[in-house]
Amino acid sequence: MLDARDFELLTEIQSGLPISPRPYHDIGLALGMSEAEVIERLAVLKQTGLIKRLGVIVKHRALGYRANAMIVWNIPDALVETLGDRISRSSFVTLCYQRPRTSEWPYNLYCMIHGKDRDTVLAQLEQLSVNCGLQAFDREILFSRRCFKQRGALYLPVAPAQSAEYSHG
Amino acid sequence: MLTDLHKHLLNDFQRDFPLVERPYLEIANRLGVSEDEVLSALAELCDSQLISRVGPIIPPNQIGASMLVAMAVPETELQRVADIISHYPEVNHNYERENRFNLWFVALASTAEHLAKVLDAIERETGYQTQRLPLINDFFIDLGFRLDLTHA
Repeated sequence: MLDARDFELLTEIQSGLPISPRPYHDIGLALGMSEAEVIERLAVLKQTGLIKRLGVIVKHRALGYRANAMIVWNIPDALVETLGDRISRSSFVTLCYQRPRTSEWPYNLYCMIHGKDRDTVLAQLEQLSVNCGLQAFDREILFSRRCFKQRGALYLPVAPAQSAEYSHG
Repeated sequence: MLTDLHKHLLNDFQRDFPLVERPYLEIANRLGVSEDEVLSALAELCDSQLISRVGPIIPPNQIGASMLVAMAVPETELQRVADIISHYPEVNHNYERENRFNLWFVALASTAEHLAKVLDAIERETGYQTQRLPLINDFFIDLGFRLDLTHA
């Protein structure tokens, strides 16, 4: 469902659309694609979910959102889907994922709450916990401290697989 | 100080960016300003590092492999280890968090094999083990981030 041209297109736009009057035309020039084809392919990629959203990607820390908590729970496998769906319906939850436990890390459900101050985030978490029936499960709250690196997701081109020469780094 | 135009651009166009020949003109028309004003304001938001881009969010593992990784690193070693990790072009987020597992990063590569090699190299170079936490299930449709900009 993702053909080679779609892949080239996603690779080309992942670091951002040009901020110029005809961005799809400019992208098409780089790829040997017409402006109409770029627009059509992007519309299909959005419909099929290969693009989750297309728009302005904000830097929340720079905009005052500095109390950002990752909350992890250890949820029985049979309940994780139901609770994950329930958590993700909460308006202040920005992400919700299931990940595998490891021998040293017993948690399998993750969510993020981004906020401007810690007390608000903790109050939202308690509300979430009550609303979704999460009180009984072991959890940890991991507020972020230093940000060592942050940039958009850049999937590196397929070839060449050796390091060093990537232009996006 | 953000202008009203900046605030609209930050909050109203995080998704459904227009798929038309002149998307910035369409945004300008909706906001009652000129295309040039929209282009300048977006360039300013990029330059001042308040937005990373106008572009797509691509779900993990669609066009490549992605991994959340946790490491437990002594405080005195953290900056050194974080610097080694950030240096890899495959790493796109790298945060300190309040936990015994205090270093959390996301690595992306075009193949799972390449990703595993990168993580093996990070373990060798730093001397610390990685907890590899791939995505199993993504419950949340990321519709953007509703910002309170009243005091911005």
